[in-house]
Amino acid sequence: MGNQIIELLKQPWPWYVGGVFVGLTVPILLLLGNKSFGISSSLRHICAACMPAKIPFFNYDWKKESWNLFFVVGTIIGGFIAGHFLMSGDQIVIAENTKKQLVALGIQDFTHLMPTDIFSWSAVLTLKGFVFMVLGGFLVGFGTRWAGGCTSGHAIMGLSNLQWPSLVATCCFLIGGFIMTWFGLPFLLSL
Amino acid sequence: MSQHSKEMVETGTACVNESEVQKPWYSNLKYSIVGILFGIVFVKSEIISWFRIQEMFRLDSFHMYGVIGTAVFVGLISVQIIKRKKIKSFEGEPIIIQDKTFNKGQIYGGLMFGFGWAITGACPGPLYVQLGSGFTVISVTILSAILGTWVYGKFKDKLPH
Repeated sequence: MGNQIIELLKQPWPWYVGGVFVGLTVPILLLLGNKSFGISSSLRHICAACMPAKIPFFNYDWKKESWNLFFVVGTIIGGFIAGHFLMSGDQIVIAENTKKQLVALGIQDFTHLMPTDIFSWSAVLTLKGFVFMVLGGFLVGFGTRWAGGCTSGHAIMGLSNLQWPSLVATCCFLIGGFIMTWFGLPFLLSL
Repeated sequence: MSQHSKEMVETGTACVNESEVQKPWYSNLKYSIVGILFGIVFVKSEIISWFRIQEMFRLDSFHMYGVIGTAVFVGLISVQIIKRKKIKSFEGEPIIIQDKTFNKGQIYGGLMFGFGWAITGACPGPLYVQLGSGFTVISVTILSAILGTWVYGKFKDKLPH
């Protein structure tokens, strides 16, 4: 019985299971301590804690927002637990068409949740690695703060609270993603 | 509203709620437990998968749309119940959710994050979970995201909002 549950947990979970759990994070955080779900703020709190540099944007009492950092540390631990003890070891499932297109763009590794041809320590000092990790991360950090939130703060928390600015932001997230995928990645993957 | 909250609202960050109750640091550990469960769900539902994000933007799979759609649906119902029934937090405080105010940053910053989302295959949440799940190199991406946030803060007043 116990083994069967573990075997079940090791399979990839369907979208509705993931969606329900992610959605439940909203009321859980509100009920636990009146906290609005949002993850990209953690990046700002880290700036405020480590290098405020007299910039007004980072000059606030980040300790009052430290719950957000505790949450983030939890997600890293959760990732570790699932990544090390709850994986089936099978090839990941991916839509045939996407796979075909990615193969044509030069991706070879389809065994993990991320292609190690791009995301690995040996790639980090190459031009492609720089673009996908360093530049990509920069765009995520700069963009989410400029937009005032990310997928969690705007798309999930904001839409749950029927905030139209969050709908604008979510649409822009998706439009940016479509533009980059269709027009930017063919070039970036050829680097 | 305290000075602190005002500043947070004006600068448009997602988290603005501030409890008036003084609590010891370890009371924050409950958020770590929620985070752990969240991280496990993110790995097992393959939300942290670069490939799943590619499928989404290539319109080849319903998976990520299903995850986000279900999450919004569950969140929406929960928030409506909390608001209508005026449910209080476990600490006895009335639950307050700050409204989002519109500014042009949601368009420019939103597009910019969209570019980064397609490249890294991750939003900030999945970045942390990718790191935890064994992709240690993503610490580089996270450091770069922190740098991006810092540079935004530095030049915020010169950017259109």
